Amino acid sequence: MSETNLHMVILAAPLLAAFAVNLLGRLSRAWIAPLTLGALGISTLASVGILFQVLGEGTIRYTVGNWSPPFGIELVVDPLSALMLLLVSSVALVATVSALKSVQLEMEGREHLFFTLYLILIAGLVGLVLTADAFNLYVLLEITSITSYGLIAMGRGRAVLSSFNYIIMGSIGASFYLLGVGYLYILTGSLNMADIAGILPGLNAGAAVATAFAFLLVGLWIKMAFFPLHGWLSPAYSHAPTGAGVLMAPLVTKVTIYLMIRIMFSVFSPEYVFSAHPGIQTAIVWAAALGILCASALALGQRDLRKMLTYIIVAEVGYMVGGVWLANANGMTGAVLHILNDALMTLCLFLSVSAIASRTSSLSFDSLGGLYRRMPLTMAAFTIGAFSMIGVPPTCGFFSKWYLILGGVEAGHWGFVAALVISSLVNAVLFFRIIEIAFFGNIPGEPVVQEAPTEAPWSMLSPLVVTAVALIVVGLGSGRIVSGIISLTIPGGF
Amino acid sequence: MENISSVWPLAAVVISLTAAIPILLSERRPNLREGWTLLAGLGKLSIVAALLPGVMAGKRYVFTIAEVLPGVPIQLRVDAMGMFFALVASFLWIFTSLYSIGYMRTLREHDQTRYFASFAVAISATIGVAFSANLLTLYLFYEMLSLSTYPLVTHERNADSRASGRKYLTYILGTSIGLVLPAMLIVYAAAGTLDFTTGGILAGTTLSPATLALLLILFVAGFAKAGVMPFHAWLPAAMVAPTPVSSFLHGVAVVKVGVFSILRVIFDIFGPDLLRDLNYGVVLTYFVSITILSASLIALTQDNLKRRLAYSTVAQLSYMILGAGMLTAAGMTGGLLHIAMHAFGKITLFFCAGAIYVASHKKYISEMDGLGRRMPITYAAFFLGSMSIIGLPPFGGFISKWKLVVGAAEGGQMVILTVLLVSSLLNAAYFLPIVYRGFFMPPREASVAQVREAPAFCLVPLCVTALGSMALFFYPDIFLRLAHLALGE
Repeated sequence: MSETNLHMVILAAPLLAAFAVNLLGRLSRAWIAPLTLGALGISTLASVGILFQVLGEGTIRYTVGNWSPPFGIELVVDPLSALMLLLVSSVALVATVSALKSVQLEMEGREHLFFTLYLILIAGLVGLVLTADAFNLYVLLEITSITSYGLIAMGRGRAVLSSFNYIIMGSIGASFYLLGVGYLYILTGSLNMADIAGILPGLNAGAAVATAFAFLLVGLWIKMAFFPLHGWLSPAYSHAPTGAGVLMAPLVTKVTIYLMIRIMFSVFSPEYVFSAHPGIQTAIVWAAALGILCASALALGQRDLRKMLTYIIVAEVGYMVGGVWLANANGMTGAVLHILNDALMTLCLFLSVSAIASRTSSLSFDSLGGLYRRMPLTMAAFTIGAFSMIGVPPTCGFFSKWYLILGGVEAGHWGFVAALVISSLVNAVLFFRIIEIAFFGNIPGEPVVQEAPTEAPWSMLSPLVVTAVALIVVGLGSGRIVSGIISLTIPGGF
Repeated sequence: MENISSVWPLAAVVISLTAAIPILLSERRPNLREGWTLLAGLGKLSIVAALLPGVMAGKRYVFTIAEVLPGVPIQLRVDAMGMFFALVASFLWIFTSLYSIGYMRTLREHDQTRYFASFAVAISATIGVAFSANLLTLYLFYEMLSLSTYPLVTHERNADSRASGRKYLTYILGTSIGLVLPAMLIVYAAAGTLDFTTGGILAGTTLSPATLALLLILFVAGFAKAGVMPFHAWLPAAMVAPTPVSSFLHGVAVVKVGVFSILRVIFDIFGPDLLRDLNYGVVLTYFVSITILSASLIALTQDNLKRRLAYSTVAQLSYMILGAGMLTAAGMTGGLLHIAMHAFGKITLFFCAGAIYVASHKKYISEMDGLGRRMPITYAAFFLGSMSIIGLPPFGGFISKWKLVVGAAEGGQMVILTVLLVSSLLNAAYFLPIVYRGFFMPPREASVAQVREAPAFCLVPLCVTALGSMALFFYPDIFLRLAHLALGE
């Protein structure tokens, strides 16, 4: 148990602010921005603090209410979760600056409701990262999901239907996960991850353990939209209010991938996961490769910027799942680095989407003509985000892709390598199609109308520019991130 | 070799990159804006020139930008080969800028601010490629060059340039991501480094000859900026760009960057010895010979002057790879030297083509009858430039071609020797009629009589580069010395 309770600060700040926003936000909307930003600012600072603490002193364990594990709920901050905490809180902070403005534009008068759910969602994500208890994880998973359903349903048009669709899929996923936890509880009598991990190897119940593992994985795969379980993601994220999209798109799938890593290596072990069932490991990497290709193909078919991005998210999920399942250090490094990078790239692109949406009637490709002239800064940032998705150095997307491909080469898994290279090429096509439209205007041959720049409001532009710069800074700093943090997160047995 | 830590390599690279910011901000004051361009160009040349004596003395200047991957930093290193290319590029860059000013202003082109800003980024990327210490850094700047030249190629923003821009990126970006990136990863997985090392890094690795052959193919085809067939089609298509861009593409940057990258890989990743042992050099020379001959033949059939020049470039680029592929001292020197010699010659020809367009708005050779008498200076420069490319004394092109011939003869490569001779004849066959028509054919159109020489901003650069390609015949010492140093002699 540690002396400081920084991790509780990270969790409590958004949670308490959620209630404060609900109460005070009813009185005046002037309360919302300072409360939200203040809470997330505190969370971010505390995350920075805890990251240094963990790097200096090692893993922090904390028992909630002093009920000692395995009976009480345990929170654990190791290097990986410290990195995730910083990612979640800082991405949420940056996204919020833009969300405050876009929510004000889109749903005047309901802002306090939106931000109540929004902050609980963030608290849920922080909790997911912190928890070391398999059942508590389920509860938090449902908290994040239910708040997501609510946020999505606040959008216009078909949002309610998409949200309902997500509820069905999300509930199925949660049920799978819960079944898995149930099996584990019957087998081990424990819900604490470390405790289960200690008991499992001694059990002589191969089929039951395998069933539990499979249920847990499938549950998480549905929640992270791993192809072909991705059906809910695209409608949900493209119909959600812009302000909800900038938070959920970068974080929810990435945190779920973190959870998969937790389950695989903190509850089960690399030996069990990769060796106990021959063929499974390769099969999952193939599934990831296939998922990358199919999602890329689906992205190619879209004619709406945000819809296209949602399919890219599905493809990127394949990157990370494949990287983890390559079962070597480079693949794992790539996957963890890609969690970080993909969150930032997706944030950058969704922030540009909300900046563009604030100035154009729709996000279909036809209405993007001439954007470089009308919104030069937004498009510059969008271009950097696009380059990162394509994997152009020195943006960060290149470096995680590098490790992932290297892991594939090392494992001799050429299908995965090919899928990554092809998906980079498809991303190049996807983004240059938009860059071309935005650069040339719509109709070929028509003289370009000279329009004065009409940039997005500064509150949407500044987080976007910050994120775009971060893509390059993180890219150049990826050597340090890998050697300083990510190398510590590779579990033994790799 | 002595490595010296120094920030000057970084300064040489980023000076024009930073200049892009004041260029963008001075949109309303064109003279100030062009002032920034020229200032950055002069600054860049001065820095490169200041590093020259050290490099000639065998020193290498190193600057590490960031440690990004284990064993592979983003690092700049000025060695003889990089200096060779940087010297050519930064010198010609100044004249391209001057010429751009004349060309763009006379034609009252739109979006000049974006044009000059993109140019500034592109020249930074070019010098970055020249000074890259390893393959990853080279790849970084290579991509930066591809992306920054896209707005230049598509400057006209019409349907034509849209299609060409698409072709340009498909070829250049498609090959670099699809072929070079995997090749680079295979090299890294095998050798654990990507550092450019004299003699190569692949020699001691466990890679099988078949994998090495695959790597060679991936690199030669993947650096599609070198225009080796069948990845050459972007080059003629990119001719829709304004002529200063074409001269930048052909003379200063893009295509030379492609060849430079391939030569780097041959010299410093594979190493001549390894290729010689595997006998892959011969295969490479035969392969590029096909490009040399067929591109020259296609050039003969082109009536559009810029397209003819473009196909001529495709052929000339393969000369350089041909020289490297010979793997003899003279051949490799010749290949490297040809980068400089061709740069001076070809940039002159493009400057002339642009000057003709500025003065007369003519693009097709068949319309240019009698134009030479109205524009004697331009046509004289064109003649000098084409003589250099054909490879006749007293022009720089003779020296590199001579080295190539000697290299082929040393290696006993009679086929290559024949290719060189035939293609020189073809060069003459597609260049000299242009000059002949200009001076000796009667004008077909009355409008020719009103044509006058292009403005001084266009004329001065083309004279300087034309005379420069002559001067290189008499004073090739710097470049020869750098080439020898680069090859470790």
